[in-house]
Amino acid sequence: MGVEDIELRERSAAARARRTVEDAVPMSPATYPRLSNESLRQALHKMHLIRRFEESAEDAYMRGLVHGTMHLSIGQEASAVGICAALEPTDYMTSTHRGHGHCIAKGAQVSRMFAEFFGKEDGYCRGRGGSMHIADVSTGNLGANGIVGGGIPIAVGVALSMKKQKRSSVVASFFGDGANNEGAFHEALNMASIWKLPVIFVCENNGYGMSTSTERSTAVKNVAERASAYSMPGIVVDGNDFAAVVAAAFEAVERAKQGGGPSLIESKTYRVRGHSRSDRNRYRTKEEIETWLARDPIGAFERQLLRQGVVTVSEIDAIRADVEREIADAIAFATASPAPTVEELTRYVYSD
Amino acid sequence: MSTRTEERSVLRPQDACAAHRRIRSRATGARELSYAQAIQEALAIAMEADERVFLMGEDIGVYGGAFQVTGDLVQRFGPERVMDTPISELGAAGVAIGAALTGLRPIFEFQFSDFSALAMEQIVNQAAKLRFMLGGAVSVPLVMRFPSGSGTGAAAQHSQSLEAWFAHVPGLKVVQPSTPYDAKGCLLAAIADPDPVMIFEHKLLYKMKGDVPRGHYTVPLGEARLCRPGRDVTIVATSIMVHRSLAAAKELAGEGIEAEVIDLRSLRPLDRDALTSSVKRTHRLVCVYEGVKTLGIGAEISASIAESDAFDYLDAPILRLGGAECPIPYNPELEKAAVPQTPSIVAAVRDLVHGRR
Ligand SMILES: Cc1ncc(C[n+]2csc(CCOP(=O)(O)OP(=O)(O)O)c2C)c(N)n1
Ligand SMILES: [Mg+2]
Repeated sequence: MGVEDIELRERSAAARARRTVEDAVPMSPATYPRLSNESLRQALHKMHLIRRFEESAEDAYMRGLVHGTMHLSIGQEASAVGICAALEPTDYMTSTHRGHGHCIAKGAQVSRMFAEFFGKEDGYCRGRGGSMHIADVSTGNLGANGIVGGGIPIAVGVALSMKKQKRSSVVASFFGDGANNEGAFHEALNMASIWKLPVIFVCENNGYGMSTSTERSTAVKNVAERASAYSMPGIVVDGNDFAAVVAAAFEAVERAKQGGGPSLIESKTYRVRGHSRSDRNRYRTKEEIETWLARDPIGAFERQLLRQGVVTVSEIDAIRADVEREIADAIAFATASPAPTVEELTRYVYSD
Repeated sequence: MSTRTEERSVLRPQDACAAHRRIRSRATGARELSYAQAIQEALAIAMEADERVFLMGEDIGVYGGAFQVTGDLVQRFGPERVMDTPISELGAAGVAIGAALTGLRPIFEFQFSDFSALAMEQIVNQAAKLRFMLGGAVSVPLVMRFPSGSGTGAAAQHSQSLEAWFAHVPGLKVVQPSTPYDAKGCLLAAIADPDPVMIFEHKLLYKMKGDVPRGHYTVPLGEARLCRPGRDVTIVATSIMVHRSLAAAKELAGEGIEAEVIDLRSLRPLDRDALTSSVKRTHRLVCVYEGVKTLGIGAEISASIAESDAFDYLDAPILRLGGAECPIPYNPELEKAAVPQTPSIVAAVRDLVHGRR
């Protein structure tokens, strides 16, 4: 690669980084050149499934069926589903403590997720991991992570593995705005760049790492600007706009598959619920939360699909009804699943 | 407060835990506080008394800390002295060390003790060794606090008991207060200490209540505390295991077994004298701790006894009850089974005393 190429890439990365949520691309009928109407309906289904899964998990938590804590991604569904819409089942993903949405978006079954939350043997982690470690290796989800930033270098390693083995899979690494201040983030981006690895770094910037706003924690306005320090494209998208997320995801995935190396997508969104079960929301205003509630990504996506004639009102009703049924069946399955036995306490520490 | 101290000293055999709870008393009248409140009070006292003291950590300001230990301190002392850091454990630990090297007294709250792993480099390679490597030219008066332990359903990466890792490192002091009284007194002693001190606080203890004197007092670092005298067996325990061991001792007393319970309080320095003198009285030793059993603090305690003249007094093998050889599982039943609980302590001590081990 010549010097000019690098400069060009840097310049376009900087230009992209300057793009803000406000001037993101508006909708048009050609919004989804790469997705069929059927895929779009599935995407809507997944967003509803994520929403209802989390609301039901919260409800189960209140009723004492779920141990520990959980981090809900309500309001961030378009980001998870939008990125995963550009991925194949053979592509990989690393996720975060706020990982229910990523898991479902990548194709996991909610029945086995509920089973995990209830600490049961049929859970994806056989009841050993719970919400914070939810994973589904069969669909390429290598796991949520209890350590902020913990999954980012691992994603780079998976991408290295793909490249060495000449496999065509790419890796999407989700992380929050808070994670971009961990050393692991910076070290990982640098390695992905020098080795031109097929990774899509996805920073879901929901404005806060727990109580600390990005203004207070992060020296740059947009996390995407940090891409230029590692000579990779960085782009800001409106994370509540499914179309914008999908467009950026396909571009990054295609670049990665063609050997063009990593990209950083900053998906600006908002977590409308508290950080975890014990958040008193002291660090933000009610008005701020309400503003974002009005920008609900699912409602926006539905209106857009209706406008474009991709779905009808009765089809949306059918999707919602399907989701309700799926959730009810999943909870029944999870409730009936057996719990692990204490005799197996130390199983899975090492390979048998 | 003085009555309370006297009551305790009645229970204390002359040769055990000498000088424990030596209260440098600007402290007055006790009242009930939770463990978390006791820590917060110590922080406030230190900040009030010494403007070099300041707090660093994730979400310790307006959020009040993940376990509400700093609470409203930011309102009282302002964000300059109650500093929220970015999520940058390694870097922030280094920042705290730099501040400590040059005249300030930082107190660093890790949100969970598990994240000490991210700051290992600065804690182990830097804080612990700087004074030594520079031939005594500097010191690192840094206090680090670590919410730790299992029992909250937080699973493998938020439930560990890693104190023994750090106790392996010369240059660090490692303490584990088990009561509100000790939480406050140890923290004030740590702040006054010229060297790095790591305080491991069990998450399940934060809400526990106990008598805490007002004002300033310190609990010397490195002195064990005799919690309950007994003639048949010594149970030496740390942190929450002190309470489980006391409950076990109570139950065993009903069967005629009198267990002596010692709260180790500090892993480094280790109060070897308190241990040997107790074993010489009881002739049996059980170590109870939450960290993984293998290569944990129990190994050091056992070896100390084996190397000491107390070895000849032993009437039974030394017994260790520690964490299972696995990460902490999420499932609540498995989680309980992964660390010693009162019934398992009762059963093990009973068997030991009856010669069934
Ligand atoms: C290394 C590490 N430090 C701190 C934490 C505690 N913690 C869990 S989530 C979180 C905030 C993360 O913020 P962000 O990356 O923006 O993700 P979000 O929660 O907003 O989705 C913190 C501080 C942790 N789990 N791991
Ligand atoms: Mg965030």
